Amino acid sequence: MWTRLKRLYHKMGSPKWFYEITTRWSKWFMAVGSILMLTGVVWGLAFAPADYLQGNSFRIIYIHVPASLLSQSAYIIMAVAGLVGLVWKMKMSFVVGKVIAPIGASLAILSLLTGAIWGKPTWGTWWVWDARLTSMLILLFLYFGVIAIYNAIENDEMANKAAAVLSIVGSINIPVIKYSVEWWNTLHQPATITLTKKPTMAPEMFIPLMLTILGFYCWFAVWVFARTRNEILFKERKTNWVKKLLLSEHKKTTGAQL
Amino acid sequence: MLMALLKRDLLLAFRSRGDLLNPLMFFMMVASLFPLAVSPDPQLLGLIAAGVIWVGALLATLLSLDLMFKSDYEDGSLEQMLLMPQPAMLMVLVKVLVHWLVAGLPLAFIAPLLGLMLGLPNGGFMPLVLSLLLATPILSLLGAIGAGLTVGLRKGGMLMPLLILPLYIPVLIFASSSVQAGVQGNDYLGHMAFLGAYLALTLVVAPVAAAAALRISLAR
Repeated sequence: MWTRLKRLYHKMGSPKWFYEITTRWSKWFMAVGSILMLTGVVWGLAFAPADYLQGNSFRIIYIHVPASLLSQSAYIIMAVAGLVGLVWKMKMSFVVGKVIAPIGASLAILSLLTGAIWGKPTWGTWWVWDARLTSMLILLFLYFGVIAIYNAIENDEMANKAAAVLSIVGSINIPVIKYSVEWWNTLHQPATITLTKKPTMAPEMFIPLMLTILGFYCWFAVWVFARTRNEILFKERKTNWVKKLLLSEHKKTTGAQL
Repeated sequence: MLMALLKRDLLLAFRSRGDLLNPLMFFMMVASLFPLAVSPDPQLLGLIAAGVIWVGALLATLLSLDLMFKSDYEDGSLEQMLLMPQPAMLMVLVKVLVHWLVAGLPLAFIAPLLGLMLGLPNGGFMPLVLSLLLATPILSLLGAIGAGLTVGLRKGGMLMPLLILPLYIPVLIFASSSVQAGVQGNDYLGHMAFLGAYLALTLVVAPVAAAAALRISLAR
């Protein structure tokens, strides 16, 4: 088991192997993710019972919760990838870290937007300075910092390492920020906290939520793979295997010899 | 060796008095913008004084962070310092100490004056000064990471706030709410304890991260 894992790690470290392995994996993740998302969303939107308090507006939960969960896990994955890159000098993990930053940021934005849309009918306002909302906003700011550092530093290797340091420092700080925001809020307006607490859900509402969450994770993997593969092709564009691959793809699509 | 570095940096800082005073003047100006922009009503000002002073302190620190490594980077002595036999994190710690003595500590002394001008209620002065004394080292420590990451960049000035401000948020929250607690006559030692804990955490983590950041910035 251990040796197999180690072999997989070394294979993933090579851009060519990574490309070939994820070609196969992507299809599976795409298929499973689609099935999960479809059943989850259709079940959640059409068949799950309406909430006795919020009516149908609660159904946005099937997008909101997966997006929020995933944007947080994406940050952790990014930081771990950065750590692996810094410690073991694994190039591919830097690529993965770089690719995740904009994905995680867009998931955080999606979560904030759906939260605002959900908040309007239920709380009567688009935004409150509540603990969860604020810490999500700060998570988005942390993503902005990482993206900004990629944009600011032209040297690729330097940018990767700098962003890795920043994301690791940020991940140490996330718990501090999260709890400080929660305590700050409970100091001032403890009443709103109860609004954000997750209601204990009935299983017919909860199972579709689980399905969409898993589906989001699968599609996140597909998304990360696709962007990483693009990066690989660009970075390795001068190597033989990429030239061969592109030629054969070209032949497949046009049927013509170059 | 480290003592020599400390002496040298302090001497350099006191030779250029302008750099020393600029953050302080900035701090006072930012604080005096709020009465002009919001309202000169003493009661309203008293309510927001703690927040205004702390936001001003954050911005003033950000402004002076650029000085931490910049001049040493430009004349090449930073590279020599990284080659010292002592660990780089100790060198960073010295730099942070100098930055705090020069740019952080004065904020704590001038803050009561600003509190007076903004009509801060009497109970707020003690926690204001205490929180500034405890938390400005945190600002310098975390700032060292940002300064290290951006030291080689031409457009680092705009980038640094983006990187560092999210990490400053816990400090802002606990420091300003300690002042609020003091104003309301409540016990503020809990907030101080949190600030102390955060100081301990950053004291351990930040020099290591900042040293790594400097190595990356200078690797070219």
